[in-house]
Amino acid sequence: MTTATASATLPAEVRTPWTEFWRKFKKQRVACAAGGFVALLVVVAILAPWIVPYDAENFFDYDSLNALPSLKHWFGVDPLGRDIFSRIVVGSRISLTAGFVSVAVGAVVGTALGLVAGYYEGLWDRLIMRVCDVLFAFPGILLAIGIVAILGGGMVNVIIAVAIFSIPTFARLVRGNTLALKHLTFVEAARSIGASDWTIVTRHIFPGTIPAVVVYFSLRIGTSIITAASLSFIGMGAQPPTPEWGAMLNEARADMMTSPHVALFPSLAIFLTVLAFNLLGDGLRDALDPKLERQ
Amino acid sequence: MLPYLVKRLLGLVPTLLLVAVLVFLFVHLLPGDPARLAAGPDATAETVALVRQDLDLDKSLPEQFARFASGALRGDLGRSVRTKRPVSTEIAERFWPTFWLTVAAMAWSVTFGMAIGIASAVWRNRWPDRIGMTLAVSGISFPAFALGMVLMQVFSVQLGWLPTVGADTWRHYILPSLTLGAAVAAIMARFTRSSFVDILKEDYVRTARAKGLRETIVVIKHGLRNALIPVVTMMGLQFGFLLGGSIVVEVVFNWPGMGRLLVDAVDMRDYPVIQGLVLLFSLEFVLINLIVDVLYAVINPAIRYR
Repeated sequence: MTTATASATLPAEVRTPWTEFWRKFKKQRVACAAGGFVALLVVVAILAPWIVPYDAENFFDYDSLNALPSLKHWFGVDPLGRDIFSRIVVGSRISLTAGFVSVAVGAVVGTALGLVAGYYEGLWDRLIMRVCDVLFAFPGILLAIGIVAILGGGMVNVIIAVAIFSIPTFARLVRGNTLALKHLTFVEAARSIGASDWTIVTRHIFPGTIPAVVVYFSLRIGTSIITAASLSFIGMGAQPPTPEWGAMLNEARADMMTSPHVALFPSLAIFLTVLAFNLLGDGLRDALDPKLERQ
Repeated sequence: MLPYLVKRLLGLVPTLLLVAVLVFLFVHLLPGDPARLAAGPDATAETVALVRQDLDLDKSLPEQFARFASGALRGDLGRSVRTKRPVSTEIAERFWPTFWLTVAAMAWSVTFGMAIGIASAVWRNRWPDRIGMTLAVSGISFPAFALGMVLMQVFSVQLGWLPTVGADTWRHYILPSLTLGAAVAAIMARFTRSSFVDILKEDYVRTARAKGLRETIVVIKHGLRNALIPVVTMMGLQFGFLLGGSIVVEVVFNWPGMGRLLVDAVDMRDYPVIQGLVLLFSLEFVLINLIVDVLYAVINPAIRYR
């Protein structure tokens, strides 16, 4: 009774952008489930060293080489006697870190460049967009391979390469948004009361670009995890015995005939992780910015 | 049409020039002395000095670039450190397998991608849409190298229907092109669906239906033709994805193409070959984008007059 009167006397619920987003997002069950799965993955990745049953790199069960999944070894054993479940769990740290860090760097740099290009236009715009055109002129993973060829292999260099590969996408996206936002009335109002360029860009334009950046962030993480795993797969990223998923698949290739299950679990791990980020990204897009193009 | 074409071609010049500068600087960005790299780890100081002279590394950077650019324009990309043969010969041998692989992948992924996209849009939110879009989101989430391994395991190893590696007959093309095209088919399906959904809401579609046209004709004649414009643009963008993806797929299937050559060259630190391949890949990509833009202008005359 008391709650009913309370809600009757209160004005309609205050609608902030945040509640509005949540109202739309929670309706999408698939995206919510994907978000839950991503959260679970993050927890697993953080706790990995404490939850693995065996050491991922230095435990060898010589009695059950190539064993199929069992109660003792949930995902089976690889040809060297290592527990695949432990390796997958530890590998989640590498893949999630690679995906997240590279996209975060790409998003921060790309957003800053996009804001500058879109807000100032003129020379800055031409310069930044020309650089983006050049980066875009290297198809797909090729830019990352070129960068790795210069810096050398290894996961850190792969992250740098994938980050550079993400910059132009964010720069173009944010530039487009900035161009659209800067002619709106509230920006003009801010300028008319004498706000500095810095204030206008950071307080009035940047918040307007956030929805698009968040959506791309999630979708890009999937792409980046695949790119990083691909580089490890072709031998340019993480090196054996590191339990990186792409590197594990590359190792498993030699024994595909005799023990295909060794390749199965890293494939599934990459697939499910990337799928979760893509479904989450789709949900975020539908909730935040329905007009944004489907990739 | 001609002024548009000329404008677009001229617009490419600065981009291509910058790409060429970057690719040229590549050897100079590497840690260590490029002459020592080219001469090999066992070379004596005199050999390194000779190589330096031979490769013009003792000249100023702009002079070196001028030589590199004029050489590249004449098809002279230097010699492979590993095989000592001209880079252009090395690449020429590997060009066609990659080209046909990419074309095959594009052909089937556009066909299937568009078919799935149209079916999903026409039966929106019903079971064909659900199945189509589930397939599509899985397609963009499954890494090509893993898909290639699965397909090879099932169709070549277990069932024995198709050959595993090599590029001799059309049967060799089936699995690699499926692997390479899967992600693009998925992207095309999602993209076609969204542009088709918008088009089916247009007034002219309602008019077509109102005048009693059959649904098939409405979809094909009024829908498809208009949906083609964004889809063609998307195709061009995806070509870059295919060129990049071919690198990984060629490793899985041991394909005798440029991607495989690139990975081997990176392994062997064969820098002239890397340089030549990166240049060629990006040139190809930029040209394909140009062709797509021109096609776009052919389909939609409004673009030409912007």
